Amino acid sequence: MYRIALKMLMGDTGKYVGIIMGLTFASLIMTQQPAIFIGLMARTYSFISDVGQPDIWVMDDKVQFIDDIKPLQDTELYSVRGIAGVDWAVPLYKGLLKARLADGTFQTCNLVGLDDTTLIGGPPYMLNGQLKDLRRSDSIIVDVDGATTKLAKPALHGGASTPLQLDDVLELNDHRAIVVGIARTTRTFQSQPVIYTTYSRAKSFAPRERKSLSFVLVKARPGQNLHELTQRIHAGTGLAAYTSEEFQTLTYQYFIKNTGIPINFGMSVLLGFIVGAAIAGQTFYNFTLENIRQFGVLKAMGTSNLTLLRMILLQALMVGTIGYGMGVGLTALFGYSMRNSVLAFKFPWQLLVFSGAGVSLICMFAALISIIKVLRLEPAIVFKG
Amino acid sequence: MPEVAVSCQQLLKVFDAGDQQVIALDHVDLEILQGELLMLVGPSGCGKTTLISVIAGILDQDAGVCELFGQNLAAMRSKDKLRFRAQHIGFVFQAFNLLPALTLTENVSVPLIINGVKRSIAERKAQEILAAVGLGKRMGNLPAQLSGGQQQRVAIARALVHSPKLIVCDEPTSALDHETGQTVMHLLKDVAMQQDRALVIVTHDARIFGFADRIAEMDDGRVINVRAATPNV
Ligand SMILES: Nc1ncnc2c1ncn2[C@@H]1O[C@H](COP(=O)(O)OP(=O)(O)O)[C@@H](O)[C@H]1O
Ligand SMILES: [Mg+2]
Repeated sequence: MYRIALKMLMGDTGKYVGIIMGLTFASLIMTQQPAIFIGLMARTYSFISDVGQPDIWVMDDKVQFIDDIKPLQDTELYSVRGIAGVDWAVPLYKGLLKARLADGTFQTCNLVGLDDTTLIGGPPYMLNGQLKDLRRSDSIIVDVDGATTKLAKPALHGGASTPLQLDDVLELNDHRAIVVGIARTTRTFQSQPVIYTTYSRAKSFAPRERKSLSFVLVKARPGQNLHELTQRIHAGTGLAAYTSEEFQTLTYQYFIKNTGIPINFGMSVLLGFIVGAAIAGQTFYNFTLENIRQFGVLKAMGTSNLTLLRMILLQALMVGTIGYGMGVGLTALFGYSMRNSVLAFKFPWQLLVFSGAGVSLICMFAALISIIKVLRLEPAIVFKG
Repeated sequence: MPEVAVSCQQLLKVFDAGDQQVIALDHVDLEILQGELLMLVGPSGCGKTTLISVIAGILDQDAGVCELFGQNLAAMRSKDKLRFRAQHIGFVFQAFNLLPALTLTENVSVPLIINGVKRSIAERKAQEILAAVGLGKRMGNLPAQLSGGQQQRVAIARALVHSPKLIVCDEPTSALDHETGQTVMHLLKDVAMQQDRALVIVTHDARIFGFADRIAEMDDGRVINVRAATPNV
């Protein structure tokens, strides 16, 4: 009987394709939209994950996310170094700064100041020049996206602008800065260019303020329990201390709670679910209605309701599996073709489970309305004209 | 004396049609014998289809008793009723009602598959029957590739394949031209008819009356006359 069910399903090519397209659409939207969402959320903390070496980030206890800078006194660095279990601790400056371009316009940049001696917290990958060149006077390293777009040298008489190169000069808050390196960084949520320099030079570039220490980066002694160490740092200094992962979580949760982004994506996903359910449910139900006489004939000839129910479930399972596979496949293809673009996209396995559950729900709904119809069917209809 | 295949006593069936009631079967008494081809005739709307639906166990009467080979279907549990239908009854419809996505062989093997017969065995049996109705060369075709008369022959093969004790046919020739109708009736009379089997054929096609053993005439929900048929000329 299951063979018959599948043959019935595929015998009506138009409807069969229609149902599968509805499910493909639903599964595509329910996979692709969350993938972009997760990609975007990952960008909110990509600065943290780019700074690979330290185990723990120490900051003012009112800080809510990575770009929420509440500066500390420079002396806090020494308090942190004094905590038992701390192997090393270095300062990190992070702030915004205006760069003046050759045509007189200004561009806001992210300025990152690294510990003068160790240069810990630098960009993950250098394209041109070397990190240690930051020890030269007035030196800065610029991220490649900034160098080729927002910080590119404007053409004086129209035409294309030229990317920043080594030895080019930038004016940062009335200070002269020389480009000694071009780096690749993971794209962040904000699209400003990122400029790396040393901690002390960052302080001189930045507008004068009483406090300038944004974060203290900590490496734990080998064998330390990181969670206990964060508690010890907090108890000893009154500052907030998070492991890298905790700080990443804090950051994206801030964005989830305080921006409309999750709602927007949630709406898209819901819409994809509803439209997919409507198309697939409707077509599947139509398919059952059109074949109702065939179900009636099977019923008259002695097929039990249980068998008919199983046949319809099998039909739903069939279209569901194909639609889901195609939707997920299209999403993967989409992600692959966008891999070099600015689009955020992340496809963890949990997403497969999520959209799989969504498609299953749609199929169950589609099968259910058909099953109700077929179970209520009077076999006597077979003699009606 | 041949045994009784179907025995209906005081069958009553009332339909709700909007706010009025239609008495489709008005205390019908009827006996059909084994080895007999009985035709049910009468004007449209007189209750013929309703009567064979009750006889075939796909519609429950409101009162009265209908026994098939000594068994009262209305008193059976629905599971047993299903099994009884699957094993002992064959159906032929005016509109053929073949499954369009299945080949002829697959269509004809459906009753056996419902009875739990293995597919390979069911299909071999189906092919034998298809050959017997003259469609041995078309077994891999889909129903849509056949003429109406050929499709009805497939339907007859399907009604026969599981060797049922009762075959019910509702207007089997109405959708066919005269000549094709005659072929189909010959098939029913010669291949389907057997000593231990009964055939009930609903029709208002007077040209096939000659194939019947007896003719039961209905009007307004009642069987008003049962007579022996005059043999075909
Ligand atoms: N499911 C139904 N609901 C309401 N009325 C019905 C139903 N089936 C049949 N009838 C009515 O019962 C009467 C007998 O119908 P039917 O047995 O189909 O007649 P026939 O087959 O002789 O043309 C008709 O008046 C018809 O309208
Ligand atoms: Mg009728």
